[in-house]
Amino acid sequence: MKYGAYIIKYAEIGVKGKNRGFFEAALAEGVSRALSGCGDGFKVTCIAGRLYVEALGDHDFEDVKERLGKVFGVLGICPAVTIARVDRKLPDIDALCDAAVKCFHQVSGIEEGDKRTFKVKCRRVDKTYPLDSMEVAAKIGEKLLDAFPSLSVDVHEPDILFHVELREQVNFFSLEIPGPGGLPTGTAGKAMLLLSGGIDSPVAGYMIARRGASLEAVYFHAPPYTSDRAKAKVVELAEKVAGYCGKIRLHVINFTAVQLAIYEKCPKDELTIIMRRQMMRIAEKIASNNGCIGLITGESIGQVASQTMQSLLVTDAAVMNMPVYRPLIAMDKQYIIDMSQQIGTYETSILPYEDCCTIFVAKHPVTRPRLDVIVKHESEISGELDRLVEEAIAGEEIIEA
Amino acid sequence: MMNDIYLDNAATTRCCPEAMKAMEQALAADYGNPSSMHRKGFEAEKIWKDAMKTLAGTLAVTPEEIVFTSGGTESDNMAILGAARAAGRRGKHVIISAVEHAAVANTAASLEKDGYEITVLPVDGLGLVDPDEVKRAMREDTILVSVMAVNNEVGSVQRLDEIGKAVKSAGGSAYFHTDAVQGYGKIDIDVKKCGIDLLSVSGHKLHGPKGTGFLYVKKGVRLEPIMYGGGQQRGLRSGTMNVPGAVGLAAAAARAFAGQADKGKHGAAESAAGNEREYTGRLRTLLADRLKSGVEKIVINGPAGASGMEAYAAPHILSVSVPGVRAEVLLHALEDEGIYVSAGSACSSHQMKKTHGTATLRAMGLDEALLDSTIRFSLSRENTAQEMERTAEVMASLVPALRRFS
Repeated sequence: MKYGAYIIKYAEIGVKGKNRGFFEAALAEGVSRALSGCGDGFKVTCIAGRLYVEALGDHDFEDVKERLGKVFGVLGICPAVTIARVDRKLPDIDALCDAAVKCFHQVSGIEEGDKRTFKVKCRRVDKTYPLDSMEVAAKIGEKLLDAFPSLSVDVHEPDILFHVELREQVNFFSLEIPGPGGLPTGTAGKAMLLLSGGIDSPVAGYMIARRGASLEAVYFHAPPYTSDRAKAKVVELAEKVAGYCGKIRLHVINFTAVQLAIYEKCPKDELTIIMRRQMMRIAEKIASNNGCIGLITGESIGQVASQTMQSLLVTDAAVMNMPVYRPLIAMDKQYIIDMSQQIGTYETSILPYEDCCTIFVAKHPVTRPRLDVIVKHESEISGELDRLVEEAIAGEEIIEA
Repeated sequence: MMNDIYLDNAATTRCCPEAMKAMEQALAADYGNPSSMHRKGFEAEKIWKDAMKTLAGTLAVTPEEIVFTSGGTESDNMAILGAARAAGRRGKHVIISAVEHAAVANTAASLEKDGYEITVLPVDGLGLVDPDEVKRAMREDTILVSVMAVNNEVGSVQRLDEIGKAVKSAGGSAYFHTDAVQGYGKIDIDVKKCGIDLLSVSGHKLHGPKGTGFLYVKKGVRLEPIMYGGGQQRGLRSGTMNVPGAVGLAAAAARAFAGQADKGKHGAAESAAGNEREYTGRLRTLLADRLKSGVEKIVINGPAGASGMEAYAAPHILSVSVPGVRAEVLLHALEDEGIYVSAGSACSSHQMKKTHGTATLRAMGLDEALLDSTIRFSLSRENTAQEMERTAEVMASLVPALRRFS
């Protein structure tokens, strides 16, 4: 039996007061976008605190599941078996019970013979139905008990909560497939993600996007020290994140000249930290030129020398006029790895190409840089740096991922 | 805009027009299945047989001794696994060298879980196996010795004749296999004189199509198939014969070996189609000379860089170490100038360094610091002296600049 509809549950949107309509419309749009081109099409409507996705024809359940599983704002997806009206009439109670018996295992996800407790819950939206909701639930429960001796009823803590809805059509549903949660894309502002080829930054972008933000991204390319394959890998990562939050404009900055200038003129152990400050400067400029109101990085306290709290202070100070969002700041590496596997970026992230952060690394980089010292060393070449930074920004390459 | 200079011919070569033409004919017109009983099938079988005859001719063996495969890796697998499975209880000892391609090294290693013992022979500083080492390693239960003809990383030419003698004089029934993927068409290989029982070839290394190759299986050598099916190719390699691939490879091989017949009759650079081995050898010497005079502290690895060892240097491979420059960076910098080479190691990223690439350089005992600074130029008949000059010039100007930032 095919699923005829999907009931989408969302959580936080419900408490958004007068903005609720705006959030629901954004979620409906996200769902519609995710399902475009899937099967014979779907009709998305918002009814009473839930999104109702009705299949207009044939479709592949696995495909729908995967697509809806990527829509931010979706808390859970309940696939429903539906029965349409015949001659504008809902099925009578006997037909309803037969249908419930027929679809019970598919809807509940258990095998025949499994010992489970259950409860039937009926919602009677069509008030003209001759039986009330209690009566419908009792009748169906009785028939299910007769049909499947391994089931028993528990009205307080049932294993299976079997929903029956009497609306424009009948919906049976029980299973709830978890969605990514968060808020619908497009309900927050736009932020600029500093995307390297590593494991962390795609996860960071994903997490901020899950709060409703749209993303752009910046990648620092350093030919010939980094290869075209490294760049292609970053494009692929951007595409993977874009699978959740919609198109990402990727700004590719040729960073070689800036890096070489720092390498030649600054103390070796401060190389990485000064380099990161320049990256932040460039990212902020591109961000404000493109309507972004925040930066996103994948930094996490203490992960490497450039991410100690002292280093973060020095890096952070390079950004003047917007917040830097660091969603991974307090997360352990393993958690980040797990998350990247879950969102599907891990396999790409671990491809072994050199990125620009690993090519000129001092043997013993400073782990406790002092802001005044770093700023002083930087200012000694500020004229050259300013020029090179401007040139790098002017020469950006844009890739729509 | 400068024309591209492709110096990565040991990775793969451009398919030659002769091969493409032959393939097009086989794809479009003679598309029958050689196993079909009708005329279309019979015609396809005829051109298949012609192709096998051509390939056999290049080694002076019979067509019945050629098994067509999908390339070097399959040939190596067929030789090693096939010989091991056919050996049964005769023995479970296999000898390989420390500089074998992964297709041999990993295939041999896969036998270990079935109780085989693998002896890995060391090489000297030039990447050469000492035939006496082979002699010493031979045991009563040795069933196979596999030593490559030409090393892919530095171009060392192994002493196949002496190694073959060492294998055969041991008195047992061990087979001698050589992975000739980099040697076929590049050096003289006399399978009879060297006592070679099995020899692997890949098509795309000598201007043939990718996905083609063959295994020479000397008459009387017993192999178990590694693929089962309709029993094509005397049961050794089931699967509908790849006629287009075979005629492509045969055409490419015919051209590569054409020069041998009129050895010595060719003249200047444009006679590349003549004896291409001598031609590429001259180019290699030219490039090495120019690099030595133009790039400070450059090191030529393997026999090509050792005096009096010319006979042990393959004509088409030149491995150099450039101290103070990372190979991957140099590779990309050359790429920006339209020059394509390989890095000595497949990957120089920090975490991968310990486990990947540079098996040969490491086995040769190359200085650890140079491992990461080694690139390989590999030539073909399509290259010119002018390209060698230009490459050396680019290297001479790039290297000092890159050394500033290392």
